[in-house]
Amino acid sequence: MTKVLILGAIAIALAWPVPVLLARARWTMRMPALAMLCWQAVAVAGGLSMIGALWLVSVGAAALLALHLLLNLGLTAVGTSRQRRRHRQLVELLSIPMPDRPGTRLIENEAPVAYCLPGAPRSVTVLSDGLLRLLSEDELAAVVAHERAHVVQHHHVVLMAFKAWRTALPWFPIASRAEEAVALLVELLADDDARQVVSDRVLASAVVAVAGADAAAVAPRVARLGA
Amino acid sequence: MDLLWQSESPLAAADVRDALPGSPAITTVLTVLTRLEGKGFVTRDRVKRPHLFGATLSRDDYMAELMHEVLTSAPDREAVLARFLGRASKSETDHLRKLLGD
Repeated sequence: MTKVLILGAIAIALAWPVPVLLARARWTMRMPALAMLCWQAVAVAGGLSMIGALWLVSVGAAALLALHLLLNLGLTAVGTSRQRRRHRQLVELLSIPMPDRPGTRLIENEAPVAYCLPGAPRSVTVLSDGLLRLLSEDELAAVVAHERAHVVQHHHVVLMAFKAWRTALPWFPIASRAEEAVALLVELLADDDARQVVSDRVLASAVVAVAGADAAAVAPRVARLGA
Repeated sequence: MDLLWQSESPLAAADVRDALPGSPAITTVLTVLTRLEGKGFVTRDRVKRPHLFGATLSRDDYMAELMHEVLTSAPDREAVLARFLGRASKSETDHLRKLLGD
């Protein structure tokens, strides 16, 4: 009985007060890597303690929850990789390789666009000519470093896992809070990589330039760069 | 693919080969066209004119699909692309506004 109470208390703590505090915490802006670790730990420990507490009450219910979570992770992974394959085909069809930048392709579009498509055997960086016109050489270096960091640090895997968690538990608001928080943290982590290549000021101006009308969305990142 | 997009009517593999620089082997052209067909980018009327290839959709249509995926804030987009312009939640933006005393 005590085991159920302890595990249940842990599960409840990890399902509500702990993530709420983590989402409100200010130190996460300064230490995104540690914050990211915390979110992942909360997600894994929360899931396991919930399954554990259920297991002591009813094995069937615990197995059902575990199966539900795993099935959602699998389905999300399949859906994501299918979508990514289609996107990669479109990119190959519509873009040309940039001779002076290995692993980079250029699309003809006015919109300033930069992103990295993770994938085997190697990832592809996609830039639009609208972006090249908008940014200076330094700012472009910042953007490319930022993009590469996302793929090198496997952010797409982390985001996919948190997305699966949210779709598995649609009635659980904390799951979408967690996904939002993690989505911001990966940007901060990628910014930190880009800061090693260019100055904070250049990175901030690149972030603002690409954001355009969406400046409010990148305000936390710009504030952090002290600009 | 650009040739098929520029052409008003469907092309035979030989037309494609003649228009390409360095005129590659006809089998190479056919292989590429068949692979594009497998991906759905190229179609041919297998009953009436099986030797003529045409683009399924225009280049602009595909570009629109690509840009739509890149630019819209679909929640699952982030998992597919790692993108420069991150997404901050409404609560985060509100929080920032409060901090700025707005």
